[in-house]
Amino acid sequence: MTMVHIQGEDKGNIVLYALSTCVWCKKTKKLLTELGVDFHYVYVDLLEEDEKEKILDVMKIHNPVCSFPTLVIDDKTCIIGYNEGRIREVLGK
Amino acid sequence: MKEIIETGTDELYAHLNKEAEEAGYHLNPDVEHAKNLVSGMLVNEKRYGYRACPCRLATGDKDDDLDIICPCDYRDQDVEEYGACYCGLYVSESVIEGEKNVAPMPERRKPLEERKRREQMPATISSLPFPMWRCRVCGYLCARDGPPGVCPICKAKAERFERFM
Ligand code: SF4
Repeated sequence: MTMVHIQGEDKGNIVLYALSTCVWCKKTKKLLTELGVDFHYVYVDLLEEDEKEKILDVMKIHNPVCSFPTLVIDDKTCIIGYNEGRIREVLGK
Repeated sequence: MKEIIETGTDELYAHLNKEAEEAGYHLNPDVEHAKNLVSGMLVNEKRYGYRACPCRLATGDKDDDLDIICPCDYRDQDVEEYGACYCGLYVSESVIEGEKNVAPMPERRKPLEERKRREQMPATISSLPFPMWRCRVCGYLCARDGPPGVCPICKAKAERFERFM
């Protein structure tokens, strides 16, 4: 999988599904970086078709609409859209 | 984070800003935010051949993406309800005046199958002397043989019109 790993404080398995052109995704990524947490992200729009399908299938489990950004923490908590308050709350930051 | 801003961003931003103000719309006063989106739109234009919404995943099939070519079919409703379009490129008057903040919003666009189903709804048969055309972006209606080349209100292209009656 073409996930990019950003190293930081372990706050669980954090995965950010993003688009390279999306400002809310950019803001979410920036916030996670500023919070200094360990996370993986993927720009779904830059993937090859077959890989895109695979990632979207995983995304759909958490966010059936497949909108961006979708942030998944430990495979159970899903935060859709740039929601700073909620992200801070869930990550205890 | 280093931002890569596409060439032509400033020009397109200026053009969209002018067009918006003339038609009673407003771009986000956060110019950096707006320019980032314009840049994303230009990336998509290069990639797909049209300015697909930067905050949504386009398929690259123009027919499927028509509703999310900026300005998308959902802009006006989201601006009215949440104070901004989904990306936050366009904002409402009350946001400009500082009376309201932009609220986080859900995606209004329905999944592909649902959109297709809606499109297949039969048009009403009428005995009007001219067919009616509706701009899907702003709702402008006109009665003429075919849709206008561009919407006189929101400047959406003819392809964004649907037969209304
Ligand atoms: S008007 Fe629609 S397509 Fe354009 S930036 Fe806003 S949400 Fe995206």
